[in-house]
Amino acid sequence: MLRSIAALVLMALPLSAAPVTTYELDNGLEIVVIEDHRAPVVVHMLWYRAGAADETPGVSGIAHFLEHLLFKATDTLASGEFSEIVAANGGTDNAFTSQDTTAYHQRVAADRLGLMMQMEADRMRNIRLTEDDIITERQVILEERNQRTESSAGALFGEQRRAAQYLNHPYGIPVIGWKHEMEELSLEDALTFYRKYYAPNNAILIVAGDVQPDEVLALAKTHYGPLEPTVGLTRRDRVTEPPQIAERRITYADPRVSQPYVIRTYLAAERNPGAQEEAAALMMLSEILGGSGVTSVLGNKLTIETQQAVHASAFYSGTSLDKTTFGLIIVPTPDKTLEEAEAALDDAIAAFMEEGVDEAHLERIKRQVRAGQIYAEDNVGALARRYGTALTSGLTIADVDAWPDVIQAVTADDIMVAAAKVFDRTQAVTGYLTKPQEVTQ
Amino acid sequence: MKPFLAATFAICATPVWAVEVTTLTSPGGINAWLVEEPSIPFTALEIRFRGGASLDADGKRGAINLMTGLLEEGAGDLDAQGFATAREDLAATFDFDVYDDALTISAQFLTENRDESMDLLRLALMVPSFDEPSIARVRGQVEGIIRSELNDPSDIASDAFSAMAFGAHPYGSSLNGTLESVASLTRDDLVAAKNAVIARDRLFVGAVGDITADELGVLLDDLLGGLPETGAPMPDHAGYAATGGVTVIDFETPQSVAIFGHEGIERDDDDFFPAYVMNEILGGRGLGSRLNTEVREKRGLTYGISSFLGPKDQGALVLGSVASSNDTIAEAIEVVTAEWAKMANEGVTQNELDKAKTYLTGAYPLRFDGNSTIANIMVGMQMTGLSPDYIRTRNDNINAVTLDDIKRVAKRVLRPDDLRFVVVGKPEGLSTAE
Repeated sequence: MLRSIAALVLMALPLSAAPVTTYELDNGLEIVVIEDHRAPVVVHMLWYRAGAADETPGVSGIAHFLEHLLFKATDTLASGEFSEIVAANGGTDNAFTSQDTTAYHQRVAADRLGLMMQMEADRMRNIRLTEDDIITERQVILEERNQRTESSAGALFGEQRRAAQYLNHPYGIPVIGWKHEMEELSLEDALTFYRKYYAPNNAILIVAGDVQPDEVLALAKTHYGPLEPTVGLTRRDRVTEPPQIAERRITYADPRVSQPYVIRTYLAAERNPGAQEEAAALMMLSEILGGSGVTSVLGNKLTIETQQAVHASAFYSGTSLDKTTFGLIIVPTPDKTLEEAEAALDDAIAAFMEEGVDEAHLERIKRQVRAGQIYAEDNVGALARRYGTALTSGLTIADVDAWPDVIQAVTADDIMVAAAKVFDRTQAVTGYLTKPQEVTQ
Repeated sequence: MKPFLAATFAICATPVWAVEVTTLTSPGGINAWLVEEPSIPFTALEIRFRGGASLDADGKRGAINLMTGLLEEGAGDLDAQGFATAREDLAATFDFDVYDDALTISAQFLTENRDESMDLLRLALMVPSFDEPSIARVRGQVEGIIRSELNDPSDIASDAFSAMAFGAHPYGSSLNGTLESVASLTRDDLVAAKNAVIARDRLFVGAVGDITADELGVLLDDLLGGLPETGAPMPDHAGYAATGGVTVIDFETPQSVAIFGHEGIERDDDDFFPAYVMNEILGGRGLGSRLNTEVREKRGLTYGISSFLGPKDQGALVLGSVASSNDTIAEAIEVVTAEWAKMANEGVTQNELDKAKTYLTGAYPLRFDGNSTIANIMVGMQMTGLSPDYIRTRNDNINAVTLDDIKRVAKRVLRPDDLRFVVVGKPEGLSTAE
């Protein structure tokens, strides 16, 4: 029998007024409880510290394929029965896979939480797959790739850009997998990944909604407590990037492109435990450059002042286990070439580096971020996701807790320092998405 | 003095759960539904104007959509940037959108600056600038969307299906308009579009948050009291014109997309509840539906297939969609047709009906989660002509559906011979057939 209660930390996080409580079971399962008592609903999420970037070479897509297969049979449930039981209880369920995590979640009436835990704990260790499952579900994921990627010029372009961005790190491989490798994925590939990573000492349980923390702990001990951890599971030390010393430029032409555009991504720092300042500065840089269509630096300069673009923006997602990217995009007006658009974008960035950050603009963004914390309390499911994403990206509760203050502390100087560092063309991929050139007969 | 009428209904769908809806009429005569939720210091306000993009004048398709996109691009003395800056200073969010049957405004604003936020929103509704630079800019964005849709298999299929179903009625074409119609729109057209749709005789309001009924009444009079009393007449009923068969639209892509359906059942039909339960079993998203089981789980032909009832104000459809590789889409369509006929002829089993009821009645209270979500539900209920009491009786209506009801309704609503498939791609073994 495993005993429990390693740590109990109760804190009212600046992230939200919603009380957040954390526990850890003896078998290593981490538990986060977010209370919201407005409606008798609960969101139950199980996050694994295993995503597409944890796959071994040659089996790209296996993390996502396994996610599909977890809806098949276990020792106690028939194939498809998991979702049927959730539905029979009025709930909804789903799952998703990213580079850094695979997560399973249900939304049900709060008094059904124990049943969700019982079933989720069951499929953590006890799935029973058949060759038929593999054959049929592999066709489904290939159709999913067709739908999400092969049918979209923009999605194919994104895949090629990311592959060019990462010279060595698995973030260059698409989460859904390369088609030729997906076609060969086997039962053994799925089980190998499953046995290694689907274990209580590699998972985080997040329960959000109309629940009492001690009741969640008691249920978790009953259902997840007996599960055996995977022995010898090591930290996720993935391969790292060599120095990137050569700018990369790619052009993807596809007849389905109606609106050509230019995207450039730069390799960029991510949020790290105890060290989120650079990521916070980059996030504010992306807000300053692209946060709003008409008041941001790029939106204002390129769509209003010079009218060279239909859309211009910047983007950055700092919650990532390993190095992330900072991006710029310009969608030119139909009379401009992509070369002209790229030059206009470069000019706008150069001007920004000269002029610096407008203090009033920065203060306005900070005020919106503070208000965003209030609005965020309206959606407890989204709060749960925020914790899950952070915790499976190498961050701690304390980091999530500190993040709002780190953002508010960012200065204009911090932003310019971060900008000067990140805008390094040797670490950048510049991509043109265009129609094929017309051939004269 | 009590400035307005207010009635409160305590709504309990489960013993532990209560959403208390207050219906109110402001001193100036604006009706609204409110749920007070003071625990988070903001309010979610949902405003709807019935008619939406279907009120486009002849030859001006896309005017209401373009106008909607311009509401936040400058008003009063503020240009586009001035308006956005003011909104950002208040940290309020205003979303303007338009659909076939409604123009929608979703606002969230903090209690600490509620009045200032509403003053700004009022400017956008009363005196939007529609200045030429903004018109040119937003027109460019809309044209970009139209060009993208012309290259997107799903959009091509939807647009073709709508055109076959509803012809020249506004439902028969994209509310974005065409490249030609949008290019020809003038500022006068946009002013006319605003006057057609943003008026008090088609207004619906739902609010949830940190605000009392008295405060909301005053707020609504200030915000909306000055709008014109009447707008354009509602569009005519949309006659359904499509026939059964297959339409193939050639498009270079590895996976074909199919939209399928035929005329459907109106929301106020006595058989709507049985039809709703029937569709959940046929192709709903909540359960392992028959279509999902047959097409995805058993045969692996698709990542997603679903069907739904589409009752709009001026016409109803039963619709579905599926995407499958070019070499398997024909098989997927065969299965859909067979399942359609099977349910029309045989109805459903008791086990299926029981499961659907448990799911639908259990899921319903879970919808009432979050201020914005509840405000949205309340405004939708008003547009559908439901009373707050519906929240309490809805599950009883679901539970009252019998096997015989479904059998009768399936026979009436599902008409396999009328199924029209519009397929976009390079489907193997399929060609246009009437």
